[in-house]
Amino acid sequence: MKTLVWVEHDGSAVKDATLSAVTAAALLGEVHLLVVGSGIDGVAKAAAEIAGVAKVHVADNAAFGHNLPENIAPLIADLMGHHDAFVVPATTNGKNIAPRVAALLDVMQISEIISVEGPKTFTRPIYAGNAIATVESTDAKLVITVRGTAFEKATATGGSAAVEAVSAGGDTGMSRFVGSEIAKSERPELTSAKIIVSGGRALGSAEKYQEVIVPLADKLGAALGASRAAVDAGYVPNDYQVGQTGKIVAPQIYFAIGISGAIQHLAGMKDSKVIVAINKDEDAPIFQVADMGLVGDLFTVVPELTAKL
Amino acid sequence: MKIIVPVKRVLDYNVKPRVKADGTGVDLANVKMSMNPFDEIGIEEAIRLKEKGVATEIVAVSVGPQKAQETLRTALAMGADRAILVQTDDDAEPLAIAKILKAICDAEAPGMVILGKQAIDGDNNQTGQMLAALTGWPQGTFASAVVVDGDHANVTREVDGGLETVALKLPAIVTTDLRLNEPRYASLPNIMKAKSKPMDMKTPADYGVDTTPRVKTVKVSEPPVRQAGIKVADVDTLVEKLKAMGVNA
Repeated sequence: MKTLVWVEHDGSAVKDATLSAVTAAALLGEVHLLVVGSGIDGVAKAAAEIAGVAKVHVADNAAFGHNLPENIAPLIADLMGHHDAFVVPATTNGKNIAPRVAALLDVMQISEIISVEGPKTFTRPIYAGNAIATVESTDAKLVITVRGTAFEKATATGGSAAVEAVSAGGDTGMSRFVGSEIAKSERPELTSAKIIVSGGRALGSAEKYQEVIVPLADKLGAALGASRAAVDAGYVPNDYQVGQTGKIVAPQIYFAIGISGAIQHLAGMKDSKVIVAINKDEDAPIFQVADMGLVGDLFTVVPELTAKL
Repeated sequence: MKIIVPVKRVLDYNVKPRVKADGTGVDLANVKMSMNPFDEIGIEEAIRLKEKGVATEIVAVSVGPQKAQETLRTALAMGADRAILVQTDDDAEPLAIAKILKAICDAEAPGMVILGKQAIDGDNNQTGQMLAALTGWPQGTFASAVVVDGDHANVTREVDGGLETVALKLPAIVTTDLRLNEPRYASLPNIMKAKSKPMDMKTPADYGVDTTPRVKTVKVSEPPVRQAGIKVADVDTLVEKLKAMGVNA
């Protein structure tokens, strides 16, 4: 089986989520990558170095600059004439593009797989992770999105795949990129961080989030996260949200501070290796999943922890 | 401009899903069912566009069992003008639903279709994008703001790391994210009025669509249970344990 993995990148570097998708694709067959964008020589070079990749297809066109699915999907549907499975990291870009490709191919997509059980059989969470479905495709081709936290990352170096230019497609004129507000930060990205410090509604304000959560994260070199309640209350921007409707994370250590542990939050972080919970309510559901729990007032406990680490 | 809003009847988001003992699915017998929350946001957005004078008519559509009528009545009570139920007892997949919606778009010629980004049962996140592919229309997924400007819609999207805005030529497909709006509750008089609003009854065959599933569910199981760990007495103990794990500031 020949697979085609769509490479998520920022114009200069390959994003980590791609590496997990490569691991999943390698379980199905030969791995080909597709780098789509505008001015992407550097990304193509980096992609060719990923271990286990047989070939890199590069589609460089000004119309592909902002991942507009209207322009990219027809190109991918075309390339799928020579591939059996389209494999995509389940990022917001990946989720935007993959179903558009699937419908063009008349294939029913399988979303957010967490394991490969056979050539056409996969497991995936449903009902916000409250159940796990084992599903089998009956379509001739596969279109799959891959939950990054469920697969090890392929090694980013050591490979030497052939690079081949694809000269197809262009601007359909249907859509246009207007602008973006992407938060710039020196911190590790939430979805690939080794340590995450998350704060919840118990913080009470944006100021307290800055005063209590940020110094601990600074000290640990951790990414910052939050519960939906904290995001809805305006303590932090919405891209901090960990949970079923936010980011799905699985760091080595996850600190849940002042987070009660609603189902929707647990769905986003329960695959973390070690969960540390700090909450003053000893009956909070978060303690049922925490490896280490400390019952106490976060406003005194967290600064003490920051000082003593 | 006409707006079509597809809605799905799902297990209420406050109900904890229970996996059936025989592993065939999640138990939906005798539990509260409601409109998919992301679809409620879609209905609300359509109503707001109508209140601004942008939309002229809102058509709610559901593909599902007989009981999805209740979901459509909720949409009508919130403010949709009429409804179409495409009745099937198959657990219709996103691709089949997108094909039915494509046929409805051909017949109704809407200026916009607003869908929930995903249903909270299957968590597929596919139908809107698939409908966009089948109609050949542009898509603005995971929307947190929708502004119609002449023959375009500017859609602000929630993407990894922040927000992105795209300009889409109408007709266009929009899928809703959580922060697009807060849906209203239907008032009692509007619930009464909704009972007499028109609802068309159709079947997938009327649109020439086969809803036989393409993806077979082999089994459904409980997720692995995470065991609760230990409670530590104080910060010093926690620091000690963290350092033992190799955490060093």
